[in-house]
Amino acid sequence: MSITTLKINGQDVVTESGKTVLAAAKEAGIPIPTLCHLEGISEAGACRLCAVEVKGTPKLMAACVTTVAEGMEVETHTPKLQDYRRMIVELFFAEGNHVCSICVANGNCELQDAAIEVGMDHSRFNYRFPDRGMDLSHSQFGIDHNRCILCTRCVRVCDEIEGAHVWDVGNRGEACYIVSGMDQPWGEVSACTACGKCVDACPTGAIFRKGTTTGEKAGDRAKLEFLVNARDKQEWSR
Amino acid sequence: MDLAELKALAVAEKAKFKPLRVHCCTSTGCQAAQSLEVKNNLAKAIQDKGLGDRAEVVGVGCMGFCGRGPLVQFAHDDQLFETVTPDQAEGIIDVLAGGEADLVKGDPEHPFFSRQFHIVRKNSGNINPDRIEDYIAVGGYQSLYKALFEMSPAEVVAEVTASGLRGRGGGGFPTGIKWATVAKMPEGQKYVICNGDEGDPGAFMDRSVLESDPHLVLEGMAIAAYAVGANHGYIYVRAEYPLAIQRLETAIKQAKRYGILGSQIFDSPFDFKIDIRIGAGAFVCGEETALIHSIEGKRGNPRPRPPYPAQDGLWHCPTLINNVETYGNISAIIEKGSAWFSGIGTEKSKGTKIFALTGKIRNNGLIEVPMGITLREIVEEMGGGVPDGEIKAVQTGGPSGGCIPAYLLDTPVDYDSLTKVGSMMGSGGMVVMDTGTSMVEVAQFYMDFCQEESCGKCVPCRAGTVQLHAMLTRLLKKQATLADLETMEQLCYMVKEMSLCGLGMTAPNPVLSTLQYFRSEYEELLQPLPTMPENHALSV
Ligand SMILES: Cc1cc2nc3c(=O)[nH]c(=O)nc-3n(C[C@H](O)[C@H](O)[C@H](O)COP(=O)(O)O)c2cc1C
Ligand code: SF4
Ligand code: SF4
Ligand code: SF4
Ligand code: FES
Ligand code: FES
Repeated sequence: MSITTLKINGQDVVTESGKTVLAAAKEAGIPIPTLCHLEGISEAGACRLCAVEVKGTPKLMAACVTTVAEGMEVETHTPKLQDYRRMIVELFFAEGNHVCSICVANGNCELQDAAIEVGMDHSRFNYRFPDRGMDLSHSQFGIDHNRCILCTRCVRVCDEIEGAHVWDVGNRGEACYIVSGMDQPWGEVSACTACGKCVDACPTGAIFRKGTTTGEKAGDRAKLEFLVNARDKQEWSR
Repeated sequence: MDLAELKALAVAEKAKFKPLRVHCCTSTGCQAAQSLEVKNNLAKAIQDKGLGDRAEVVGVGCMGFCGRGPLVQFAHDDQLFETVTPDQAEGIIDVLAGGEADLVKGDPEHPFFSRQFHIVRKNSGNINPDRIEDYIAVGGYQSLYKALFEMSPAEVVAEVTASGLRGRGGGGFPTGIKWATVAKMPEGQKYVICNGDEGDPGAFMDRSVLESDPHLVLEGMAIAAYAVGANHGYIYVRAEYPLAIQRLETAIKQAKRYGILGSQIFDSPFDFKIDIRIGAGAFVCGEETALIHSIEGKRGNPRPRPPYPAQDGLWHCPTLINNVETYGNISAIIEKGSAWFSGIGTEKSKGTKIFALTGKIRNNGLIEVPMGITLREIVEEMGGGVPDGEIKAVQTGGPSGGCIPAYLLDTPVDYDSLTKVGSMMGSGGMVVMDTGTSMVEVAQFYMDFCQEESCGKCVPCRAGTVQLHAMLTRLLKKQATLADLETMEQLCYMVKEMSLCGLGMTAPNPVLSTLQYFRSEYEELLQPLPTMPENHALSV
């Protein structure tokens, strides 16, 4: 195993070469906020919350898709980054319909966590109040597009882990939405094995198990990591 | 076919040209104004007047002065006729035969033409794009031959590097360095892609090149493929360009028939085939990683770079991707050498650039100008200035660029100078605005475009452009406060720095540049502050 040494927030960090800055920071106990990242599936680099400053380049780099390099000097929490992160979270809240008090994920939501982390208490941007609809055609699960932040974690988990590729993204820009099957009701997609992985992968209350009510969606994200690594680690139970 | 045969064919084809050639533009712009009927009538008039043995009408590509089309020009003496109607065809042939007729004559000596310098457009408007023989007649494919038989791939790369050519697709990345990177990748499957997506509103340079001289682009791609070690190429063209697609299809078929594309080109060991891929017309599909996804049959979403396509591109193979106009320069560089090419332009921007000159200006159309020419020369001399009124700003770089105010018109047109004044070269849109134009409305127009065209993958761009557009709209309705203006500015910087691809990174530029030069226009639109009622003295 070859190793790389770098500095994160002035702290010397030694990590396996080829890892991402995000992984290196996590090992070193430096938390970087993320939303589209999920341990065990490919990276999208879509939410941009994990952006960090790297000495020597004027560009901000998304930590989840930036590979560590020898001698790299990374700053993860400069005032500018915190400012920008807060603005991103505001944009998320303004873009969908997030009414936490009546949401299944209340208290267990990564968007909420991000908001708390960056100190967002209100949005400077006007709420868009989109009418995005929901799909309750599946016998066990439902999806409320109003709470979707388009992180595509469901898309990737279903494709890469379950191998069913039920989800994809339709349309573009603000009109983007998560489609099931060939843009059919979820319940009609025969590829869906009802494994529930997308429920666990979803950071918000957008995908949920039917019958859960306010604050009852307790995600089990470690389960996904366990599933992906089971074969590698020869661990079949946890 | 060998070089002697290629040259013999060129001579033979040239000999077939009749002494009096009447060029009639058959590109999209003029076709829309009935130029095909004009052409038919011209041919008929030639027959009717018994000139068939010495005169012929040739359907040619775009002559550049599209705003005054349909255009007809005599090849032997450059006489130019503008806004020709089908019933004027007879009159034109009368003039050809030495007579007189009442026609709108253009001035081929006008600065619009005389200030141009043609490298990429050298054959546009001079040859029939539907015939490979016409291209061969003007020396076509001799550069490819030269590259294959007289130069090693490394020498070709070195020549392009030495020429100083930079990418014409917007970014201005040094072409030679890109080629060298792909060439250095381990041997194996590699690809060459030509980016003809051209999504900027108002830009049509690449369409014109593809329609007017498709073989020039094919030749450039073949030379590139030889240099980097690729055997397969794709041209990505948007579906809105049916004529360009049709002409490319014809061109590829003809080149294959001559053994200039396909297996063992010119009987050398080099194989290269080209396929066309048709895009559905999304602006973001011009971004290189999105374009590659689109060719792979996936959703046209950009992905984070690195890895760059040069290392990990189409189907994860090393891939060279260049713009149409970039490829259009290659043949001339190989033919005349890098020293010739680098003698044109400025220190850091070599060669020429094609612009689509539009907006509030007398002479609209396509111009190919040497780098380093000033905006003033383009707008005032070539463009003939603003019809009535005064010039206020010039917009370059489309939705990624900015507005350059009139007092900076002496800025030379090169990559670095345009970036320095807060705009960019971009792919070649140039819109002239007069004093009647509201700069906030201009910014809103481009933001509307960006919010529509955002792929929606990353949040700063997807939601940020929507909010910026909403804020500009509120401002125009006089409903925004000073605090809103400040938030808007901060949001601009956030979107610029945090977005995943070039679309988001540059989307705020039209706002930022108009804020930089025309801030007072924004401030004038602010919601009036509530005033204290007169009698509200502290008289409690
Ligand atoms: C949103 C966006 C749109 C783009 N559109 C085009 C385009 O239409 N044509 C083009 O050649 N390059 C376009 N580009 C630039 C390409 O990504 C790429 O840099 C270029 O094709 C490289 O060719 P060049 O080096 O010859 O310029 C676009 C980039 C972005 C970010
Ligand atoms: S998804 Fe999260 S942020 Fe959105 S309403 Fe539910 S709890 Fe609130
Ligand atoms: S339940 Fe499983 S198979 Fe069905 S959509 Fe979700 S992840 Fe895919
Ligand atoms: S449904 Fe959930 S997991 Fe899927 S994109 Fe939306 S927020 Fe992400
Ligand atoms: S976690 Fe890195 S971009 Fe979303
Ligand atoms: S389209 Fe005819 S001159 Fe340009």
